Amino acid sequence: MSVRVKLPTILRKHAGGEALVDADGATLRELLSDLESRYPGITKNVVSDEGGLHRFVNVYVNDEDVRYLGSLETAVKDGDTVSILPAVAGG
Amino acid sequence: MRYRDILDAIGETPLVGLPRLSPKPQVRLWAKLEGQNPSGSLKDRIAKKMIEAAEASGELTTDKIILEPTSGNTGISLAMVARRKGYRLTVVIPDNASEERIRLLELFGAEIVYSPGEKGTNGSIEVARALARDDRYHMPFQYGNPANPLAHYEGTGAEIVRDLPEVTHFAAGLGTGGTLTGAGRRLHEHNPDIQVIAAEPELGEMVYGLRSLDDGFIPPIFDERVLDRKFLVSSSESLRATRELTEKEGIFSGISSGAVVNVAQRIAAEIDRGDVVCLLADGGWKYLSTEAWATEIERAEKGVSETLWW
Repeated sequence: MSVRVKLPTILRKHAGGEALVDADGATLRELLSDLESRYPGITKNVVSDEGGLHRFVNVYVNDEDVRYLGSLETAVKDGDTVSILPAVAGG
Repeated sequence: MRYRDILDAIGETPLVGLPRLSPKPQVRLWAKLEGQNPSGSLKDRIAKKMIEAAEASGELTTDKIILEPTSGNTGISLAMVARRKGYRLTVVIPDNASEERIRLLELFGAEIVYSPGEKGTNGSIEVARALARDDRYHMPFQYGNPANPLAHYEGTGAEIVRDLPEVTHFAAGLGTGGTLTGAGRRLHEHNPDIQVIAAEPELGEMVYGLRSLDDGFIPPIFDERVLDRKFLVSSSESLRATRELTEKEGIFSGISSGAVVNVAQRIAAEIDRGDVVCLLADGGWKYLSTEAWATEIERAEKGVSETLWW
């Protein structure tokens, strides 16, 4: 078991076209680092150079936005689902 | 009730209990029925406020054409206000918006410019901003106009505080961020412990075909600090909750209302006592063509996944 990561359309090319991949880590930061090691370039627009979450990207752990949890320090565990999506507006 | 004209009949919407959807005796769910506004959605509040503010400041004069990017509801509300006040209106809308939204815009006399459906509302914003460089237009720009959250601060939020002072949680959809920011601030002023929770749609393939993650958009008026939590809700979950609202409470609401109720149900499962207000943005009328209430859930899911309902 590991963590399922749902990729947005635009990042799938880094993962050979896959929409759903696996990764490991105890925190979101570790997980994204692991994801980057498996698919180089995939987190370029997710994690900023300063090491924070990119402004226009939303990351959810089990459907909850991590910005209101622990941001990149949010704990993740086996069986969790992490979703990465661009911010979209409505109205 | 008697009003001077249709615009004065905006707001003061009912707050109704949801006794069958409330999971435990000490946790009560409530719905604020914004579909009861004159043109059918909460956007009537902001359309009136934005136009009146622009008239007061002199930015909007009778020779100007009002221009606005919208996924539908704001366009429809502005069309109603424009008709009442005598303005021309052009709306920029994604071409995959539900049929009813387009037809309502047309019947209210709005001129329509379509933006690529696969870019969702983000795409309509891009197109509108380019058009707005032309001086003939006045663009209220709901995503950046403080009159938007102000309408919810003075209206939506104040009404909830008055009708349910014991409110503990407020759940609403995050579209422009106006409702959450404006009503959220008003609720926190009343009681800083009130939890403000956002529902966001997981719209699926059709809307996320963006060129890069930089094409993501966060509305300038959205104040993230007002939120306590934010949840992603799939089309399928939203749809199921929308149908449950009709089945169990006799409420005919739009699909974003289902998303909000789904979030409220998740919160309700976590708490032992509380009063959770769900903001139901519009009625179900504009979504009949999506087959959201089809007997076979698969047909409903397919219909909803192919339309922009947010």
